Amino acid sequence: MDKYIWLIPLLPLAGFVINGLGRNALPKNVIGTIASLMVLLSFALSVGAFLQVKSTGAPINVTLFDWISVGTLHIPFSFLIDQLSSIMLLIITGIGFLIHVYSIGYMHHDAGFGKFFAYLNLFIFFMLLLVLGSNYVIMFIGWEGVGLCSYLLIGFWFTNPSYADAAKKAFVMNRIGDLGFLIAVFLIIQTFDSVAYADVFAKAGKLNSGNTTLLLITLLLFVGATGKSAQIPLFTWLPDAMAGPTPVSALIHAATMVTAGIYMIARSNILFTLSPVTMNVIAIIGLATIIVGALIALTQTDIKKVLAYSTVSQLGYMFLGLGVGAYTGAFFHVLTHAFFKALLFLCAGSVIHAVSGEQDMRKMGGLRGKLPVTFITMLIGTLAISGIPPFAGFFSKDEILAYTYVHSPVLYVLGVIGSMFTSFYMFRLMYLTFWGKFRGTHEQEHHLHESPASMTIPLIILAVLSTIGGFMGVPKALGGSHWLEHWLDPVIAGSTKLIGEFSLTHNTELALMAISFTGAVLALIYAYVKYVKQADIPVADTEERPALVKLSYHKFYIDELYDTIIRKPLDYLSGFFYKVIDKMGIDGIVNGLGQTAVESGKGLRLLQTGNVGFYLFMMVIGIIAVLVFSLYSFIKI
Amino acid sequence: MTVSILLFFPLLAALVLLFIKGNAAKNAALFFSLVELAIGIVMLTQFVPADTSRQFAVDYPWIPKLGIYFTAAIDGINIIPVLLTIILVPLIILTTFKHQYQNASAFYALILFMQAGLLLVFTAFDGFLFYVGWEIALIPIYFICGMWGGENRIKVTLKFFIYTFAGSLFMLLAIIYLYLQTPDKTFDISRFYALDLPFDKQKWVFGAFLLAFAIKMPIFPLHTWQPDTYTEAPSAGTMLLSGIMLKMGIYGAIRWMIPVAPYAFFEYQNNPLWLAIIGIVYASIIAFRQKDGKRLTAYASIAHVGLIAAGLLAWNVQGLQGAMIQMLNHGIEVVGLFFVWDIISRQLNTRDVTQLGGIAKVAPQLAIAFLIIVLATVALPLTNGFIGEFLLLNGVYRYNVWMAAVAGLTIILGAVYMLRMYKNVMQGETNALTATFADITLVDKIVLGVICALIIIIGVYPQPILHLSEAAVSKLVTAVNDKIVLSIKHVSQPLGK
Repeated sequence: MDKYIWLIPLLPLAGFVINGLGRNALPKNVIGTIASLMVLLSFALSVGAFLQVKSTGAPINVTLFDWISVGTLHIPFSFLIDQLSSIMLLIITGIGFLIHVYSIGYMHHDAGFGKFFAYLNLFIFFMLLLVLGSNYVIMFIGWEGVGLCSYLLIGFWFTNPSYADAAKKAFVMNRIGDLGFLIAVFLIIQTFDSVAYADVFAKAGKLNSGNTTLLLITLLLFVGATGKSAQIPLFTWLPDAMAGPTPVSALIHAATMVTAGIYMIARSNILFTLSPVTMNVIAIIGLATIIVGALIALTQTDIKKVLAYSTVSQLGYMFLGLGVGAYTGAFFHVLTHAFFKALLFLCAGSVIHAVSGEQDMRKMGGLRGKLPVTFITMLIGTLAISGIPPFAGFFSKDEILAYTYVHSPVLYVLGVIGSMFTSFYMFRLMYLTFWGKFRGTHEQEHHLHESPASMTIPLIILAVLSTIGGFMGVPKALGGSHWLEHWLDPVIAGSTKLIGEFSLTHNTELALMAISFTGAVLALIYAYVKYVKQADIPVADTEERPALVKLSYHKFYIDELYDTIIRKPLDYLSGFFYKVIDKMGIDGIVNGLGQTAVESGKGLRLLQTGNVGFYLFMMVIGIIAVLVFSLYSFIKI
Repeated sequence: MTVSILLFFPLLAALVLLFIKGNAAKNAALFFSLVELAIGIVMLTQFVPADTSRQFAVDYPWIPKLGIYFTAAIDGINIIPVLLTIILVPLIILTTFKHQYQNASAFYALILFMQAGLLLVFTAFDGFLFYVGWEIALIPIYFICGMWGGENRIKVTLKFFIYTFAGSLFMLLAIIYLYLQTPDKTFDISRFYALDLPFDKQKWVFGAFLLAFAIKMPIFPLHTWQPDTYTEAPSAGTMLLSGIMLKMGIYGAIRWMIPVAPYAFFEYQNNPLWLAIIGIVYASIIAFRQKDGKRLTAYASIAHVGLIAAGLLAWNVQGLQGAMIQMLNHGIEVVGLFFVWDIISRQLNTRDVTQLGGIAKVAPQLAIAFLIIVLATVALPLTNGFIGEFLLLNGVYRYNVWMAAVAGLTIILGAVYMLRMYKNVMQGETNALTATFADITLVDKIVLGVICALIIIIGVYPQPILHLSEAAVSKLVTAVNDKIVLSIKHVSQPLGK
């Protein structure tokens, strides 16, 4: 198996090259087939790698070549497949493949079909590098590479300037986080004299808890994570990223890329466990993001925006989990979220496809009968995200909440409130979309249709995964054995030893589950009353909203705030630097000096303006003199 | 084989070109520059990176009475700037193929003449020869800008000339001073290295060199000649200036300034380093709102060169290796950027970003090439720019964490102005001006293809390039650091007693 590992990222890269070069020449079905096939082959190899790790229990290490080697700094291009990365590989290539297949149907009418699949393959390549890397710099290649693909795909329809702006915003905000990551890497090099995970973790394990350097490293890495995984304060790019085609939202902005921050922290768990302050920061930022994301999602009317804020909020749960030391739980939620959120986005895509590109839920409604497959699969996704047992999200979210309860009951209560919001806004979405009467135009109503099989089959597969996905981590309180916890044990063993065993009686755990379940059900009933019984359709943008609703609807004016305190001052500064400091100030002094020189030189009649010819003349004379002189001495010899 | 072939071939070629009229001058110039490239590549294959002594050396007594020798060679310190020069000149000549210049033979002769001067600067091991090369490289670019430039060319070129010439006079003074200090009155650099001047003498030598090199790069606040000159110069002139000529300053600091005045450098290191770093942020912020694409790129270049300067001034193996590879990378990228602006202004007669837009729709191939160059400029991993900036920032970090944090802002600010520029030019809907824009054709494709290929190849597999300078750089760093340590001991001992 080791011999073929390099093919896992290389196959999608080959797909990118082939489709990139042949994007205008190759027929659409060939492009779609090549792109999907490459990812499928990677998936097959990933399964092989997973099985090998499973049977041997030992990680696979592969070094390809020496990438950067300067002085004592050695950065090999090398891969590591262990329990953590092998699962990520399966998710990336598995869900990636389904989304490729879905896209064949979804993007069929788009002029940029070939370009789209080339970008999608490129994304898979970088995402695979991110998880395959056996050191922080290779991870960073993937980290920034997926950011590039995100930029390219958000701005896929770049002729729309606001889409191009959204793409730029995503890239720049990610870059802010990336600077944190980069400086953390430098700090790691300085502290551990290596960037390889194996060296870093071994050496870090010997440090004391609360070590200042580790605190700095972990805080900086977390800054990186807030960018990529859309946490406060760097989350505002993700909702705008919905400008990209919907399969992109599903793959990049829900299932894979945005969870890179969680992967990175889970990967570096020992560093974080030894930095309790950072852990608290992560838990609090995560929780704040849960609440803010959920509050905004409550009032959005664009179906994709609801899902986007939901993603922000769900990512918050994962960070809350990391912050309270529930590494398995957080990673578990990465997996289940990948299933149900990819599903929800693809369902939303199917809905948008059916209503001729409309994304405003105020103009939907009553789609149950027209889109039966989309409806049922989306309902499963909604049940999963809302934490209704036995669907996938229930198990992972409750594991995070249980750990949170042990950590701090206050955080737990807020987490449960967030989960009630989740249930509310998701069922609100369902009711507004599928219940009631159709509110769009006759034209749209006439065209309503279920999506083709290439789109519905991925929905069905993801729905199945969203239904049964939770069973990989059934807690002991429910009589399960929690396979995932055992599987990940080698990766997080060091942290487990430090944190200690999870201690909660089964009865308490069951009570906690009952609380969050009841909360979710109450929320969905309330949503039913409000949106189905009372048919309380959100008002048009022109109408006045109550103050709090308005605040939520306008996303707490955070974009406006950033614009006022960052973008505008910087743009002002740009003009000021250019006109006042550069032109008038520095260049003024330079010109003044020049003038003075000219004035004072006038007496000598040597330095008059325009007399540069004189310099040249002197210089040429000088050079000729040297040449003559050398010729002279040459002859004399 | 000695380096003299590399030095005299372009000089001879320039003379021959003067007699080739019309369109043939273009082709001849390209041919000669390709021959030069071939000669260089042959030398590259024979070059031994592990050998830190002078290779392909020529040592001819030029004016032995005055201790002036024609001493030139290639080693690990100058191999990269030499490579940069021989790679970029044919590319730059190719970028001019769509232009019809008056007096074409003079124009191309001057380019090749300049190439000879630049190569002399990089390969000279004799102080006098170095200075001669320095001025020889300046004369042709002065004429190129002054005769083929834009509307304000006379005024702007004059300022550029006086400014850089003033700097080089200080350098000449320093070289003559060093010459006078040598026991046997020689300009040989190894004697300069061996001088071991007292601190109060070193500081003047250091200051004089720093002034010349800082103007050339340029480092903030000595940069104000640069945006005007880059904007007014004809496209090929801008490329020669930004792609190759400014590396004279970087190279000069590594070869001539720091090893000759190590202790003064050590004492004052902080000041030029902070200036370089302030320049990164300052020029980046100015670049945000520049409307003229060339001027925007000029400010971006100040920012990027500021980082190279910072990395080299941090004076450790990472920073210096970063400076080495980034000299090459920056040359490739900046020529690419200015070429894209040349292509755009050639067709549309404007470089105002606010008037453009939507070009990607009508010229997808140009859009792809431009994007790759932009990504290299913002140092995306797997492009060459990342290798350079990662090492440079790491080098600065090893010197001072806060400096690295401020310098690191370039990866954010760079993304802002570069992507803003890309968006304004390439994305959005086409307008009346850009709707009829035609995509690139064969010659342009070759140039941009080579540039993009270099960007990706160096980005994916930089080790062969890094290896070229590795041994020489670590030897130089160690030698200078040893001298600094000695000087510190020397100074502190009397105090101790």
